[in-house]
Amino acid sequence: MLRHIKSGDWLTLVSGSICVVLVTLTLWSGELADKAVIRSGGKVYREVSLGRDQKIDVPGPLGVSVIAIENRRARIASDPSPRQYCVRQGWLQQAGEIALCLPNQVSVELVGSHKRYDSLNY
Amino acid sequence: MQESDAGVQGMQETVNKNPESRIPNPESRILLHTTAEDHHIARMAAVALGLTLLEGAIPSPLPGVKPGLANIVTLIVLARYGWRTAAWVSLLRVFAGSLLFGNFLTPGFFLGLSGALLSLLVLALAQHLPTRWFGPVSHSVYAAFAHIAGQMAVVYLWLIPHAGIAYLIPIFATAALVFGTVNGLIAARFMDNANNGICSRGGAEKIK
Repeated sequence: MLRHIKSGDWLTLVSGSICVVLVTLTLWSGELADKAVIRSGGKVYREVSLGRDQKIDVPGPLGVSVIAIENRRARIASDPSPRQYCVRQGWLQQAGEIALCLPNQVSVELVGSHKRYDSLNY
Repeated sequence: MQESDAGVQGMQETVNKNPESRIPNPESRILLHTTAEDHHIARMAAVALGLTLLEGAIPSPLPGVKPGLANIVTLIVLARYGWRTAAWVSLLRVFAGSLLFGNFLTPGFFLGLSGALLSLLVLALAQHLPTRWFGPVSHSVYAAFAHIAGQMAVVYLWLIPHAGIAYLIPIFATAALVFGTVNGLIAARFMDNANNGICSRGGAEKIK
């Protein structure tokens, strides 16, 4: 059976295997963000999957922050803080990215299948 | 290839002896003039359809992961008769198969069509690879990858426009590599057997 595979065919098979392995490592490595962890007042408020588009209201001392999840990205859509830094941060896409609203004590972090940092303190 | 033309045949020369013929209006019969090549292509497309039917008996772990046995026919036709014939056989298989199995214009039909079109495009390029080094196995692997790429594109642009389908790509890529290789080997083995069968009349040795 192996005599049907010529030398160019071996080249194709090897490069095809390398491509498949690279694609698998890239897409399945856990760097893709799976869910958004929303914290309020230092404690985990909710863990939301990025699979569904939704808006989540998170209450805090200053008011309600709205977190929007759309197309596997997350952002803080509105927040009652005076300087709006977290809103201006825009879309979070990769695992490990995080947006903090310090005045309202709300944060949203994108998490993949393995943790990037052992712990974050702020 | 000659185009088959449809011509309306006049009925003056044919005498319908039976006044209660069940043909409602015998004068409006349409005759298609077919060539031997048309029959040949139709026969090969039918073989491909038969393989598709057989393959339906094999359970698949994931929708869309199929051995694609009908592509063996496309590979053999490409190697023996050229790209145009292979394109006819492949697209006939997609269209006629969808009509036969009741899939016409369903999402599954468009997936099959996009896969077939892109793999035919890639085969048009791959057939120019020097045959001393590249055989049906290469063609099959390239065509298989092109097939899943076409299908993924249709899925992402139309059916499931969600980045989550990226999780499926490694599975389909592995299936394309494995089944592409298997189909290529089967096609090469078949052509080898056919060559040996036709060219050797007793007393020929198999070249190892």
